[in-house]
Amino acid sequence: MTASLPRGSQARRGKPFPTHIIVFLAPAVVIYGLFMIYPLFDSLRLGFFVQVTRGVEQFVGTQNYATLLTDEAILQPRLLNALKNSFLFFAVNMLVQNPVALLLAAALSTKTRGGLLYRVLIFSPAILSLAIAAFVWRLLLSPLWGIVYDILKALGLGAYAQPWLGLESTALITLALISAWQYLGIPMMLYFATLISIPNDLFEAAYVDGATDWQIFWRIKLPLLMPMIGIVSLLTYIGNFNAFDVIFALKGADAGPNYASDTMMTFFYRTFFGSGFQKADPHMGAAVAGTMFVILLAGVLLYLFIRRRIRSYEL
Amino acid sequence: MSGVDLRHLTTKVLKHWMLLVFAFVSTAPVALVVINSLKGRRAIFRNPYHLPNADTFDLVGYETVFEKSQFHVYYFNSLFVTLTALALILLFGTMVAFALAEYSFPGNNLLRLFFLLGIIIPIRLGSVSLLRLIVSLDLIGTLWALIVVYVAGGMPLAVFILTQFMSQVPGELKDAARVDGASEYRVFWLILPIIRPATGTVSAISIIPMWNDLWFPLVLAPGEATRTVTLGAQQFMGQFSNDWNALLAALSLSSVPVLIIYFISSKQLLQGLTAGALKN
Repeated sequence: MTASLPRGSQARRGKPFPTHIIVFLAPAVVIYGLFMIYPLFDSLRLGFFVQVTRGVEQFVGTQNYATLLTDEAILQPRLLNALKNSFLFFAVNMLVQNPVALLLAAALSTKTRGGLLYRVLIFSPAILSLAIAAFVWRLLLSPLWGIVYDILKALGLGAYAQPWLGLESTALITLALISAWQYLGIPMMLYFATLISIPNDLFEAAYVDGATDWQIFWRIKLPLLMPMIGIVSLLTYIGNFNAFDVIFALKGADAGPNYASDTMMTFFYRTFFGSGFQKADPHMGAAVAGTMFVILLAGVLLYLFIRRRIRSYEL
Repeated sequence: MSGVDLRHLTTKVLKHWMLLVFAFVSTAPVALVVINSLKGRRAIFRNPYHLPNADTFDLVGYETVFEKSQFHVYYFNSLFVTLTALALILLFGTMVAFALAEYSFPGNNLLRLFFLLGIIIPIRLGSVSLLRLIVSLDLIGTLWALIVVYVAGGMPLAVFILTQFMSQVPGELKDAARVDGASEYRVFWLILPIIRPATGTVSAISIIPMWNDLWFPLVLAPGEATRTVTLGAQQFMGQFSNDWNALLAALSLSSVPVLIIYFISSKQLLQGLTAGALKN
């Protein structure tokens, strides 16, 4: 046998590492290591430095983070505002998109004429870029064109018609709903995939006893869906905490009106590259990214903690 | 009619009604944009819900877009970046997956964790350092900057899915090839056809975020010559925000080709996503 190590055999210490394994691993490890893992850790490192003069950096410990948390002129209020908005953006997606996706998946997982067509159509916005989809909604919501206003009037809700994207009180929620609308198909497909993988005999007995689809859903399917609900929630968290495209496309880097739609990612972008009221500062940007890193990790750990606590049913 | 039958019928009607409403809400916005992109300005505002007819048909929006921007360049850039990155993700990803699933070597589990790390943390958070790296490699403002970043960002999920598939390939096949004297590279080559369904899943999951990304084109390659469709359309629409014909045409140009490809391949795409979801 040559240097190959088929499954089951153990590599012994002292033997040279087989060349072919290195050949298989090297390209991906190099590219992924160099362009993803290294920048992530190096960005964390940069958060502890400041620029003294061009090309000269100095280690300052947690000074950037301290400034971020205490600078009452700009950074601290912006950070708290962005943090609040990021959570709100996530909450809207979680509370609107998730239940609707589950409901649609439940409906589609029972025998449905035209089920594939429904799935194809409802999933279709998810393949568009968020910047494009956002602009479509900007036009529909424009008072000038009046599409959404026409529809509200037709439904007898004309009194609620407002320029939602322009108002401080509604801009962020509107942007979050646009994002929820666009990506509805992804959680729907994940729930659908889980539901159709449940073997029929688990609820055939219930059918014979006269249980309705509704009862079967609540009593049998929902408990089996719990692990997937957890995964979807985590994906929603990771995906929406970094919301950027929809806000940048419609509101620019300043995330107006009056920072009402500013999230952590637009705040990061402004701190990094600068904008009208903020000087570009890559090191402070790295500190903002470091803060986001910690918040994301906290969310992932919370998910892992809850998952261990909740009893899950295995098929 | 018995009570149970009636109840089943009501559920069925309610179900279809709900699905129809959501299918409509999901598709009508883009449909409305496309329909109105084919009309003159007056018709867009007077009767937005009508299909264009001989009187209202007008391609002035498309003329503006083609005169004032380089959509064909944007499309070429997006295609070049997405397809090159996808090819590299698939090639390098299957190689890693094969090595992880096939050989036990010291550090195998560590390497799996190394790749898992990238699924949880978005690559965008490394942008400050990434920008410096790309500048120092002299890749800034080139399409290759986007390609290497997308390959790196897409690798973890691809490796994760492909490794799961790889570990299910029966051992006899590989051993038979080895007995015949095949090299390990030849064995890898021989089992590639078997994991083709997995590459479909990985393609479906990888292409969409790369094609649609706004962040990295903005940060790494914002110049006119390297704009992707997403960035190009976004900037064009910022510039022409009062020219409704041009806006509607630009939106249609950036969404319709993608939607056509989606509808053609939707069955495979959705099946791929379903299979991918079940594997995870």
